[in-house]
Amino acid sequence: MPVKVNLPTVLRSQAGGAKTVSVDGATVGEVLRALQSEYPGLSGQVVDDDGTMHKFVNVYLNDDDVRYLSALDTPVGDADELSILPAVAGGAVGDRVPHFR
Amino acid sequence: MLSLPRPVHDQMVAYCLVGLPDEACGLLGGNPGTGEAVTCYPTRNLAASAKLYTVDPKEHLRADRDAEAGGNSIIGVFHSHTHTEAYPSPTDVDQAPDPGWHYVLVSLRDTQPVVRSYRIVDGLITEEPVRLLHR
Repeated sequence: MPVKVNLPTVLRSQAGGAKTVSVDGATVGEVLRALQSEYPGLSGQVVDDDGTMHKFVNVYLNDDDVRYLSALDTPVGDADELSILPAVAGGAVGDRVPHFR
Repeated sequence: MLSLPRPVHDQMVAYCLVGLPDEACGLLGGNPGTGEAVTCYPTRNLAASAKLYTVDPKEHLRADRDAEAGGNSIIGVFHSHTHTEAYPSPTDVDQAPDPGWHYVLVSLRDTQPVVRSYRIVDGLITEEPVRLLHR
């Protein structure tokens, strides 16, 4: 079933400039993989080649960060909305910052 | 160029001061075409550190929705450097998420806060002018 996916500005150019696209899938992972096969420019930008979520993006199912749900295995329905946003972090020192969790 | 209405500028700087001794961070909503910020969205620093910041992802989502609902976008991020100058660190450059964004640094090293803005594209840092809008 189609699920609405909101794209961050940085990824829109890879999806023909669209802010929102509609993609089929029954879990977050299925939707994201379908998104990447429909828009090959997005490959590796959301889900890494090894099948895990890219660590510098946050994916939300409606209002919830999917990392607090069942991550890529979280079930989705056609009333649901996924949003993708970049993880925003940095700092004053040169240390590599570990992802926030 | 980044245009900052005085209230947006002041809210950002005040939030950074209140966040001491930790780094403070937040997002700027506005018009990506003109580079004018219209809203300051202070966000929690999940890293709770004087040297690092991580914008709370849930607050980022809320800010993004609010900006889009008003016909704007998130156009940039600000954070404070508590003991160093207002220049992006290697960490800031590595993790810059969007080449279209304005990266605003608020240095609290000296008595007077210093606000500077940069574009970061493919790891290259370019400073841009910050215009204060008095209205």
